[in-house]
Amino acid sequence: MKNNQALVSLPMATPVPEGAGEFRLPSASQPFVLGTLATAVGDVPIVGGELVWQDLRGHYLVRWNVGRKSFTVEPGLYAIGEPGSDSAVLVSANYKMSFDILRQTLGGYDAWILVLDTKGINVWCAAGEGTFGTGELVDRIQASRLDEVVSHRRLIVPQLGATGVAAFEVKKYSGFAVTYGPVMVQDLPLFLANGCKATPDMRIKLFPLQERLVLVPVEIMLALKQWLPLIFVLLLVAGFFGEGTFLQAMLVHGLPPTLAVLVGIVAGTIVTPLLLPWIPGRAFSCKGALCGLFLFGLLYTFSGAFVMDSSLYLRFACLLITLAISSWLGMAFTGSSTYTSLNGVRKEMLLAMPGQFVTILTGLGLWATSLWLG
Amino acid sequence: MSKFKYLEDVVTLEYDQEKCVGCTMCTIVCPHEVFRMEAKKAFLLARNLCMECGACMRNCPAGAITVEAGEGCVRGIINELLGIEGPCC
Ligand code: SF4
Ligand code: SF4
Repeated sequence: MKNNQALVSLPMATPVPEGAGEFRLPSASQPFVLGTLATAVGDVPIVGGELVWQDLRGHYLVRWNVGRKSFTVEPGLYAIGEPGSDSAVLVSANYKMSFDILRQTLGGYDAWILVLDTKGINVWCAAGEGTFGTGELVDRIQASRLDEVVSHRRLIVPQLGATGVAAFEVKKYSGFAVTYGPVMVQDLPLFLANGCKATPDMRIKLFPLQERLVLVPVEIMLALKQWLPLIFVLLLVAGFFGEGTFLQAMLVHGLPPTLAVLVGIVAGTIVTPLLLPWIPGRAFSCKGALCGLFLFGLLYTFSGAFVMDSSLYLRFACLLITLAISSWLGMAFTGSSTYTSLNGVRKEMLLAMPGQFVTILTGLGLWATSLWLG
Repeated sequence: MSKFKYLEDVVTLEYDQEKCVGCTMCTIVCPHEVFRMEAKKAFLLARNLCMECGACMRNCPAGAITVEAGEGCVRGIINELLGIEGPCC
């Protein structure tokens, strides 16, 4: 980074945080930086289109919700290949996953990448929260002195960033005209080859199996964090209050509801996302509950171990626990889906939550009854 | 793959065609093809497919579109019900 440059003060956009708009280039000592490119404003870090195993390991871990908070790159201007003053400028978020996939897609191109400070959040979510927004974009253009680096006045912003960025305001405050790129970064080469024109397909956000699949690990981790405490309590209570030795009681009374919780988790976080288009109904809570019912039925039919010789109380208790949890977790998947609306989810939650609450309480009550009756 | 549909008649998207200046921006930014152009004006093609992301409203220079935009996520709405601030993702 060049600190010896005089600070510029250009007219600012809307109220800006302290330090915003001050000249600043990203550090060249980040592990993925290959070198620097001398420009009119200083040495811009060059990044490559190749991902190495450290990058891929990071990707794998964040898919499991590990190290998510610190998976970032420094905001600012980067070069890929050997861009010149007429090369395209692509805007991205500083979530390292987004950045890596962008540079991988652009391998072989000469372009500029302008990374906004989105606090390590991906473009779409950050645009929803406003961190990927008009203000940050205008500040980052200024802080990178982009107008001195390139001779044209065009930016390519991912379409999903449009939720936070107003193209006409960016133009007004920075002089740069925003072209919205395709929804999927994979379509970028075709988009660029088309002279920055997107086909209608490139504008639509789908939710294909593969995309749902990569969300599953995070859903599992979040669900376990939520429900492991309950399993723990169930096992302890069963052990202390059930008949026989602690271990016996834990197995006889604690195992069935534990399995019921796990079946609910599997139904809500794995089966629901994967089978999403084929499960009847539109409300996610219904889809989740249906998956729970289905999975419970399968286990009930094919595994004696699940229900053992348990009483009717216990069996019914298990069913209710599974249904409530699978419905709740299915509903939680609306947060990751790409087509549910705020008011839709609000309505669904207000309708479903009382039912889920009563169901799990009844389930736990029946279980306690079965424990008490022995 | 089939297009997913969520609940009917819940979205808050409102569009005032009178104000439209025909810039086509809403048809570009919408990820669910809710708007389409016809005779130099946008019209609502599929209101129920709207996911309330707010991209159209933010990019309409004429202020012809309003929508209560936000991420529909369980944690966010629970926070809202409890009256605390908290992001979705
Ligand atoms: S963005 Fe606004 S002005 Fe432009 S076409 Fe759509 S409704 Fe009309
Ligand atoms: S809010 Fe989003 S999904 Fe709804 S019409 Fe506007 S751009 Fe499309």
